[in-house]
Amino acid sequence: MTSREQILSKIKTHQPELTSLPAPLTTVPGTVNLIELFSSVLVSIGGAVVEADSYEEIKNYIKQTFKDQKRIISTLKELADVSEQGWESQDPHSYENVDLAIIQAHFGVAENAALWITEELMHQRAVPFIAQQLAVVVKRSSILATMHDAYIRIGNAEYGFGTFIAGPSKTADIEQSLVLGAHGPKGMTIFLLP
Amino acid sequence: MNTAGKDHAQLSDVFNEDEARVNWHDETLWFVRAKRDKAAHNIPEWESLRENASQIKDNVLSNLHDYLISFEANAEKNGIKVHWASDAEEHNKIVHAILKEQGVNRIVKSKSMLTEECHLNEYLQHNNIEVIDTDLGERIVQLAEEPPSHIVLPCIHKKKEEIGELFHEHLGTPEGMSDPVFLTAAARVHLREKFITRKAAITGVNFAVAETGEFVVCTNEGNADMGAHLADVHIACMGIEKIIPERKHLAVFLRLLARSATGQPITTYSSHFKKPRPGQTMHIILVDNGRTTQLSRPDFRNSLKCIRCGACMNTCPVYRRSGGHSYHTAIAGPIGSILAPNLDMKKYADLPFASTLCGSCTNVCPVKINIHEQLYKWRQVIVKEGYADPKKAMAMKAMEFTLSKPGVYRSAGKTARWFLKNTPFAVNNKLNPWYKQRDMPEVPKQSFGEWYKQHKND
Amino acid sequence: MTVALFIPCYIDQFYPNAAIATLNLLKKLNVDVVYPINQTCCGQPMANSGFEHLTQSCNDLFVKNFSGFDYIVSPSGSCTLHIKDHLHSDEQEDLALGIRSKIYELTEFLTDILKVEHLTASFPHKVGMHQSCHGQRGLMLAQMSELVQEPYSKPMRLLNMVSGLEMITLNRPDECCGFGGTFCVAEEAVSAKMGKDRVADHVANGAEYITAADMSCLMHMEGILRRQNSNVKVIHIAEILDAQEY
Repeated sequence: MTSREQILSKIKTHQPELTSLPAPLTTVPGTVNLIELFSSVLVSIGGAVVEADSYEEIKNYIKQTFKDQKRIISTLKELADVSEQGWESQDPHSYENVDLAIIQAHFGVAENAALWITEELMHQRAVPFIAQQLAVVVKRSSILATMHDAYIRIGNAEYGFGTFIAGPSKTADIEQSLVLGAHGPKGMTIFLLP
Repeated sequence: MNTAGKDHAQLSDVFNEDEARVNWHDETLWFVRAKRDKAAHNIPEWESLRENASQIKDNVLSNLHDYLISFEANAEKNGIKVHWASDAEEHNKIVHAILKEQGVNRIVKSKSMLTEECHLNEYLQHNNIEVIDTDLGERIVQLAEEPPSHIVLPCIHKKKEEIGELFHEHLGTPEGMSDPVFLTAAARVHLREKFITRKAAITGVNFAVAETGEFVVCTNEGNADMGAHLADVHIACMGIEKIIPERKHLAVFLRLLARSATGQPITTYSSHFKKPRPGQTMHIILVDNGRTTQLSRPDFRNSLKCIRCGACMNTCPVYRRSGGHSYHTAIAGPIGSILAPNLDMKKYADLPFASTLCGSCTNVCPVKINIHEQLYKWRQVIVKEGYADPKKAMAMKAMEFTLSKPGVYRSAGKTARWFLKNTPFAVNNKLNPWYKQRDMPEVPKQSFGEWYKQHKND
Repeated sequence: MTVALFIPCYIDQFYPNAAIATLNLLKKLNVDVVYPINQTCCGQPMANSGFEHLTQSCNDLFVKNFSGFDYIVSPSGSCTLHIKDHLHSDEQEDLALGIRSKIYELTEFLTDILKVEHLTASFPHKVGMHQSCHGQRGLMLAQMSELVQEPYSKPMRLLNMVSGLEMITLNRPDECCGFGGTFCVAEEAVSAKMGKDRVADHVANGAEYITAADMSCLMHMEGILRRQNSNVKVIHIAEILDAQEY
């Protein structure tokens, strides 16, 4: 018998009588302002929120705030004139010196400030992790209340890789002192568009 | 700490020699527990979330066979190669074979308690493969040549000064530098070089979805993603119990996991790996290593519901005052104490007794494992299987003799307050451990029974 | 209503005053109390040590002593919980199950069955409440800090009826004291450290007395207080609820 057969046969013998799955949980309706909640949670986990009315405003913000950053890449065509062109199909290791990556998210979640981003919004999976700073553009109307709503939105969408990102990379492994920028981005800016 | 041959009580004695350090360890973990409480209390429906998660996991255990088969089929459809390992050794051999085939002898690994349980690092190093643990805490204990002392906070037992010394020695940071921000920045530089140059990455798995064949890895540092997305080969190692039925169930578990673990609303990264990226190979190893045996034990099987959040450790008053290494097993604390005897009852016979049965672990558990009740039940099993201290067994028989006979009990109590010499807090008469730090109770003139006889007609 | 009083062995032997106060208190509340004279122990010390199989004779004795009453009341959360969870009889399981459903810890009995709203007690002191784990998490005598639930506390509600009494608040309201039965000697270092830390919380917050619905925790903390030559005393909650100090 292969290990597979052995394991499966042992499980078949020993697993308890079938119990049913619980009824799915849904978001408990509330009166909280989702944008306010999203923003306050994001700030509490080390991120920054920028409310912008247009891509023009975002570009101006990038030009000002990130003016010292040498290598800026973006997956958004609207931000082409503030970012490097033709970066997309390189070896992922080459993004090691990216100072700022600006990408888009499908949606955000208010309860934990997580943003759902799949592979096609990254171009390359390494991008949101390897850049020194990450900025993400998301629509205000795409801020959902909870993770239950998030997975309803995701549904059975097809992707090779998808991730929830909530704030900058962090660690508290040394005496529970919170330090931003463990391996991934040291900062995370969210642009909220109308 | 050298744990060889010592039991939890002996190792705790050593840990308690430095009381200031015990206070520090206790306070640090209590702080994490307090953050967990705050996060839980922010969710009014917290208790129904726990109940939901518990029921999902019950269903998983009751249908594990079919879920594993559908996970395997879906994962393979997605282009992931699925392997099965009966035990630690087979798991390690599979990892080694994959690396050998790829001609890789240096790898990065993000946190995986399963690989700790299987002692993968030692195995690979023995086979001339260098493993770099990339979680900061794990890298620190790796440099110190120690095992992690906590499943979520691997170096929670280390002071920053000690970490500073380690980094000075291994990473060349300035002597005496112990600032966490500085040390983390140094580790970032040190580990970036590893991420950039290693061709294979190992990660753990937090959840694997039967319905879709994808698996989810949660980190705060981003080390699992840095490793996996830069490597040509990604090997994900998981215990068979990590399966969940459907993608939407991730909502329940991701709401609970980080809040229970550290009080964060979610980990920074919750990455869903469904297919290898073009040009990459992705492997997943499904490991039994005693889990099917645990599944066969009705009293203990629901320990397999564990999602490895570590909340039971943070809340455990014993863990906080004895340190993770005192449990001398890969997974410390209350959950480790109900998992370990399944693997080796003799070696871990002490662990179910390393608890006051206070029940706090059960209350914080996000999947409602009845941890303290299982500790009680393991005690019964361990005694029945003959792994109890014979002196204790004698004492218990003497106690049973006295307590089951009212006449014997009364006269024993009367003559010498029998209890003072024979009750649990004075089992060993010669070196009474009660008396080391505590005074004995004052002995009253009369027992209540004696008083009652005189006063019952008052 | 006839109530059988179950006085755990270590209270009988070392803390008769807690038992006397329990008896007085119940009598004051017009309860018809019987004390079965042949009682010894609930068997918990053996069972928690892994020797549940040695507890059958204690169980049989318990069934013999405590069958046929309306309620069984005990001034110990821990022993009450043990009986509630584990009392078993090979021959008379129906009687054992009956006892399990009718046994109450004292403060639980006063609150849920007698529905006490007023007490005439007086105890003009600063008091810290130790929530013993078995009473708290086993019998659910009070809201548990781990759970998201409405605050309540059966013992605290009763203490608030005592005139002159001032409750102190603790930094950790329901952490274990470290007694744990045989744990207190088998794991001496951790047990004593837990006890020291619990005591320190009460002392730092100004307690003159530490009270609890479990004497075993108090015995452990008393051992530590006395070793430290502290002026802080332990007192069973029954003694406060029955107190007439002015």
